[in-house]
Amino acid sequence: MNHRAPISAEVHAALAVALLMALSGYAAFFLAPTERTMGAIQRIFYFHVPAAWTSFVAFFLVFVASVGYLASRLARWDWLGIAAAEVGLAFCTVVLVTGPIWAKPVWGIWWTWDARLTSTFVLWLLYIGYVLLRRLVADPERRAVVAAVFGIFAFLDVPIVYMSIRWWRTQHPQPVIAGGEGSGLAPEMWRVFLICWTALLALMLVLVRQRYRLEKLRQEVDSLLVEAERG
Amino acid sequence: MGHDETVNAMRAAAIVLGKELRAEWRTRELLHTTVVFVLMVVVLFSFTFDPTAEESRRYGPGLLWLGFLFAGALMLHPSFAREQVNDTLYALRLAPVEPFAILLGKTLANLVFLLLAELLMLPVFAVLYNVSVVPVLAPLLLVLLLGTLGMAVVGTVFSAIAAQARMRELLLPLLLLPLLTPVLIASVEATAGLLSETAQLNLTAVKMLIGFDAIFLAASYLLCEYLFEE
Repeated sequence: MNHRAPISAEVHAALAVALLMALSGYAAFFLAPTERTMGAIQRIFYFHVPAAWTSFVAFFLVFVASVGYLASRLARWDWLGIAAAEVGLAFCTVVLVTGPIWAKPVWGIWWTWDARLTSTFVLWLLYIGYVLLRRLVADPERRAVVAAVFGIFAFLDVPIVYMSIRWWRTQHPQPVIAGGEGSGLAPEMWRVFLICWTALLALMLVLVRQRYRLEKLRQEVDSLLVEAERG
Repeated sequence: MGHDETVNAMRAAAIVLGKELRAEWRTRELLHTTVVFVLMVVVLFSFTFDPTAEESRRYGPGLLWLGFLFAGALMLHPSFAREQVNDTLYALRLAPVEPFAILLGKTLANLVFLLLAELLMLPVFAVLYNVSVVPVLAPLLLVLLLGTLGMAVVGTVFSAIAAQARMRELLLPLLLLPLLTPVLIASVEATAGLLSETAQLNLTAVKMLIGFDAIFLAASYLLCEYLFEE
């Protein structure tokens, strides 16, 4: 007779993601061809850009969760909101850290107020605000409502921020060492890129799922504490 | 909303606006502190950067809007926070009117306060930074109105949000300032265009401001009922 608990689906998912991450690391470092002008540093691209796209997906989830909560008033939408916001912020941080690491050798500077850099920075600040707001509202229901309203406002703002910053940049001189974009990727590069993006998306979903469970447990503990105090 | 309801909502918004203006007029605390605050920013800027005459013309518009933005983040906070002292928001909520009417009344009041502060600051700014605002006064007022409307619309909603949190004085600017990035960019570009030698009104910036104001006015119309529920 087997006394051990069955391995849960979550462990399977986590293992699968770990394998995918290992594969994407291998692909980015060994399978992808070395870029002609930038050399090895270009390989950071396989994590930088997928992390950016993954964080956008996570922030979109925050928006979906916000609308879902206001429409249904089910606490699970609220759990999804905070889970996606925190994980999205983590990925956005990866973007903001890997960007300068790449920019220093290629552009010669850590940071430039380029449209995409600046927009990502503002995006990061917006969702930091979302997380902070949640920490500072004590009542769980009020917290869920105001966070949802803010989540919707923040998401509506993202395209406007992006447009306005891009427009603002074209009004001003570009940095001396401009980041010229190549026109498209080589097919082998695309393949590696897609492997990496799949891995990061899967990682994001697993993390959101874990954070969601944590939030659920946390709120259950909170309501039990409230009951115990009354009781 | 039917026709009668719209009329009722407008009347209610006007009543809330009147109440806000009367309350402020008794003390004029908000206006005084805001004007002094913007003045201080303008003066401190000169110390920090010691700009030449030409530089100050180049940086002036940005500095002016930064002052307005910070002032707005401070000034909008009492909009809902001062309803909490005597729990008067509860009374407002009981009134048989649309929640949007309350929000609209407060937004308009904040718009008036901010615009008044800005109009008081404009001549001071023109003298200190040696720019002539009179020839471009009409388009400049349009830019001030559109930019400030965006600040007031989002700021009033966020004031209601922050009023329910701890550390609300600090939280409001943290929530508001990143979201207002497009307003800052468009207003500064438009103002700089007007104060430059060609004195042209940047239509793209104006359109951007109108778009921002319209989108967030619609969003606050759709979402305001959630802000006032108990």
